Amino acid sequence: MAGLAVAFAPLPVQPIRPQERTFQIEARQFAYSPSELNVNPGDTITIRLISTDVVHGLYVDGYDVSVEADPGQTATLTFTATKPGSFRFRCNITCGAMHPFMIGKLTVGANDWLFRSAGLAMVAVLGIVILVKRS
Amino acid sequence: MAKIELTRNTSIKNALISRYPQLAVFVVMLMGYIFAILAGLVGTPVGSHNFIIVFVWIAWWAILILVAVPFFGRGWCAVCPIPLPGEWLQRGAVLNPPEKKPKWFNLRWPKALRNIWLQNISFLLLALFSSVLLTTPNITGIVLAGMLFAAIGLSTIFERRAFCRYLCPVGGFIGLYSQTAPIELRIKDKQVCATCEGKPCYNGSTNGYGCPWDVFPGGLTKNTYCGLCMECLRTCPHDNIAVNMRPFSADLAKPSTRMDEAFKAFIMLGSAMIYAGVLLGPWGVLKDAAYNVGTSAWFIYAAVFLSIIFLVMPSFFALCVTRFENLNIFKKRFATLSAALIPLGLMFWVAFSLSFVLTNASYILASLSDPLGLGWNLFGTAQTTWQPMLTTILAPGQTLALVGGLIWSARTAQKAANEAKVSAIPVIGYCLIVTAVMLWLLL
Repeated sequence: MAGLAVAFAPLPVQPIRPQERTFQIEARQFAYSPSELNVNPGDTITIRLISTDVVHGLYVDGYDVSVEADPGQTATLTFTATKPGSFRFRCNITCGAMHPFMIGKLTVGANDWLFRSAGLAMVAVLGIVILVKRS
Repeated sequence: MAKIELTRNTSIKNALISRYPQLAVFVVMLMGYIFAILAGLVGTPVGSHNFIIVFVWIAWWAILILVAVPFFGRGWCAVCPIPLPGEWLQRGAVLNPPEKKPKWFNLRWPKALRNIWLQNISFLLLALFSSVLLTTPNITGIVLAGMLFAAIGLSTIFERRAFCRYLCPVGGFIGLYSQTAPIELRIKDKQVCATCEGKPCYNGSTNGYGCPWDVFPGGLTKNTYCGLCMECLRTCPHDNIAVNMRPFSADLAKPSTRMDEAFKAFIMLGSAMIYAGVLLGPWGVLKDAAYNVGTSAWFIYAAVFLSIIFLVMPSFFALCVTRFENLNIFKKRFATLSAALIPLGLMFWVAFSLSFVLTNASYILASLSDPLGLGWNLFGTAQTTWQPMLTTILAPGQTLALVGGLIWSARTAQKAANEAKVSAIPVIGYCLIVTAVMLWLLL
């Protein structure tokens, strides 16, 4: 029961007025800079992707939106961060050997899933420790 | 849950005893393996469009770590093509034992090396170069060819499957994690083996070969070194060999006290965490360091990698789990308690692989039609565009794997602590901390 509560109980959310946010991200083999973005739920995000070497893309997991930038060019992607949580963004244009691992991270609001998972782990361990103590 | 003897079913038993079904799978696997090497050497250098990278590091890896190892233990070793050419050469036959054996050196493997330290080293060597290995077709091709030739060479010098038993970097961790699998090969009655004349399961007979894994089935108590090749099922004159279904991680009720196996658990646990940070994390500086082999950044990466695995994680574990009395007791307790890390390590790899595999699985269809990246379209799927799969279930799946692994490990820790006559709580605490780190890295 405690595990279910940790995993699914609704958390209090402080309403934050949505903003428009613009990030300029430089893409090079095989990294983004900046590689971690933090926004609030409801924010409208504009990503200006600048590729500094070969053609790179930026695909956001969970949002299924993407943009491609040619070398030396800037491409723009705009979307609204409607889903809270942590999402990887990754290159979706084959750009070289380490292409599958060219990854960044977008966090929308608090990374609740991480905290819930850690809480679940602690509840599980607590339960087992109690069992160990009793046995 | 009691054991269920699968070989009591005549159809299953006959299928396992007959060499033909196994040979059919072997032939397909060997052809695929050789084709993969060729693809690596002559196909496109773009990893995500080359058969060897897509089929070895995405398709095969997914099947191995998500299905084969957790549910069938060493099931992969039973159909692995790597030892085949060497074994056929060593035996002078493909199927049943020939009347006249070929004369190879047939040496015993050196006693000092009869452990898995060489497998630990071979895995770490691949792990340190993994960013290049996982992404560069010709490097993977050279490594696969090297493993094939090493297996052939060792088969002509040493008896049995020396490569599989002592050198294979994959076999080492499959052996470790096979202890958690719900499948085992065991004898039915110890007394029958004790009185059996000639021990054909170990020495061979006209029905089959002596155990290629250098194991006497009569003494088999865990899965680690049984390759499920089924030779003993063929040679046993007393019908005393069984393949059983059993509860998960049954072997871990009596943990090993060997340091080579204990360090294997640390190597695998630590590697999964490092890969999660380096390959799946957002830190470009780590990727650069891991990929640019030979640079000072790579040497620092390698030093940190090895320090985490051989110093940080074991030292912290030692501090957590045991007080020092004398060296032998300390080593025994350390090794026994490290059994708790085996289920956790397996589930770390499952969680890591879920992310890697679901993101890149769509390359499989494209590569199937154009395996060499030469513009072919054999099955009409060459133009399949890259699209991550099932991303909505990824985070819940990873949480389930990691928290499930933690619970599994905590239960294992309890049993191991009973064996070692110490408290399980510090081990459980250690597992909780590394799980929290892995959650942070992946989520």
